[in-house]
Amino acid sequence: MGQALAFYTLAAFILGFGVLVITARSTVHSIMFLVVDFLFIAALYVLQGAQFLAVIQVVVYAGGIVVLYLFVVMLVNLKRPPEIHKDRRRRGRLGMVVSLVLLAELGAIVAYKYVSPAAALPPARPMGPDNVAQVGMLLYTDFLVPFELASMLLLVAMVGAIVLARRDL
Amino acid sequence: MIDLLVIPLIKIVIVLTGVLVTVMYLVLLERKVQAWVQVRLGPMRVGPHGVLQPIADVLKLFIKEDITPVRADKYVFTLAPIIVLVPAIIAFAVIPFGDTVSIFGKPIPLRIADLNVGLLYVVAVASIGIYGIILAGWSSNSKYPLLGGLRASAQMISYEVAVTLTFVTVILASGSLSMVDIVAAQKANGVWFAFVQPVALFIYAVGALAETNRSPFDLPEAEQELVAGFHTEYSGMRFALFFLAEYANMIVVSAIATTLFFGGWLRPFPNVAFLGVLDLVPTWIWFVVKTFLILYVFLWIRATLPRYRYDQLMRLGWKFLIPLAIANILVTAAVKVALSY
Repeated sequence: MGQALAFYTLAAFILGFGVLVITARSTVHSIMFLVVDFLFIAALYVLQGAQFLAVIQVVVYAGGIVVLYLFVVMLVNLKRPPEIHKDRRRRGRLGMVVSLVLLAELGAIVAYKYVSPAAALPPARPMGPDNVAQVGMLLYTDFLVPFELASMLLLVAMVGAIVLARRDL
Repeated sequence: MIDLLVIPLIKIVIVLTGVLVTVMYLVLLERKVQAWVQVRLGPMRVGPHGVLQPIADVLKLFIKEDITPVRADKYVFTLAPIIVLVPAIIAFAVIPFGDTVSIFGKPIPLRIADLNVGLLYVVAVASIGIYGIILAGWSSNSKYPLLGGLRASAQMISYEVAVTLTFVTVILASGSLSMVDIVAAQKANGVWFAFVQPVALFIYAVGALAETNRSPFDLPEAEQELVAGFHTEYSGMRFALFFLAEYANMIVVSAIATTLFFGGWLRPFPNVAFLGVLDLVPTWIWFVVKTFLILYVFLWIRATLPRYRYDQLMRLGWKFLIPLAIANILVTAAVKVALSY
């Protein structure tokens, strides 16, 4: 009961701030709402007993990536609101196409669920208080290949960023 | 009920009061230490040897006019000092001030919370504090704050990497992310991690100075270049919040240094039996003494070293400290594996 209440409260906040992110006029305000949203998502992880994931969510998303967004926005200095398409009819059409694609995607997911219902999940392993060790163990045993692939991907992105930044290598 | 709510609340009140009073008197201590280094007297007028100076300062800040620049973003301008201060204070939640004591026959651990991700919690909280500084710089809608804010955040992000990497070596050495277990590991090893991990301690010390924007890395508020940096436009109580946050952050990094490298609440030589007399001193006093010694080093450095140039600062962080920290992790891990065979 308490758990469900906490979950729905957090979910309401997450959705509410999500809406604020896309409706805020100022880009900086919108980024701040995004940070608050990430903090609430971290709270959701704490509710599930995944403290490690919660802290990583804050460190990586709220503390790392969004700070870089903020840098870019501040340096670009968007004084005017981003321009919307001049032609009203084309704007409407574009919106229609985008929302139809999204609807089709959501519909496909729902339909797929009815066509082939997912096999019952194996009972979740109880996350002990020491879930850092458990996450580490899983990453280096069962999920070793995806983990290493992800690190390769990040390395490639890093090299790419350096190449882009310095033309005269 | 009492265990769940009342005792933690009392602890929070005590810690919060302690931190705020320490911050007030740290400012006085800083002025006094600077004065002694420069063969001056420092504040002497308010109370004997100026001991009431902090109270006068706080009163003054309270009654000063609070100005918001006309073109500033009002909400963000108001929010920024709060975003800076709150992380500095909630970081104290995971710092263990002492061993378990028994009061009226009830065992009470002298810490607010013992998270199993304690050290990462500190990193996460510190990373939120950066927002306050960037937003303060941006929302003032003025040149110097913007430049100061950008400098501060670039500096803090760069040095956070090095500091977090030193945490990894401490975690490797202790085998736990919990602050309490890290202290326990130092007791079990019989030696402070300062001696096991001197390189990590060095990187942490430099990184801590840079992350708290203290001299010799106080570039975000380099007076000659940027007036007062990101808080140029702030006045009155809002300025005081930035001031509070800076000193609270100094206490946080000193307390973490004490916990990670200097045995936390343990007495010196915790395993030498004939020094057992030292156990008569309560554990939290050892913690406070160690933290203050580190704080004193902060003040001492400020009075001694000239300021770095910005490109030197970035070179030091990215080309020296971070590679050194990574090498330190590799060596620590290799030694740990070698010893386990």
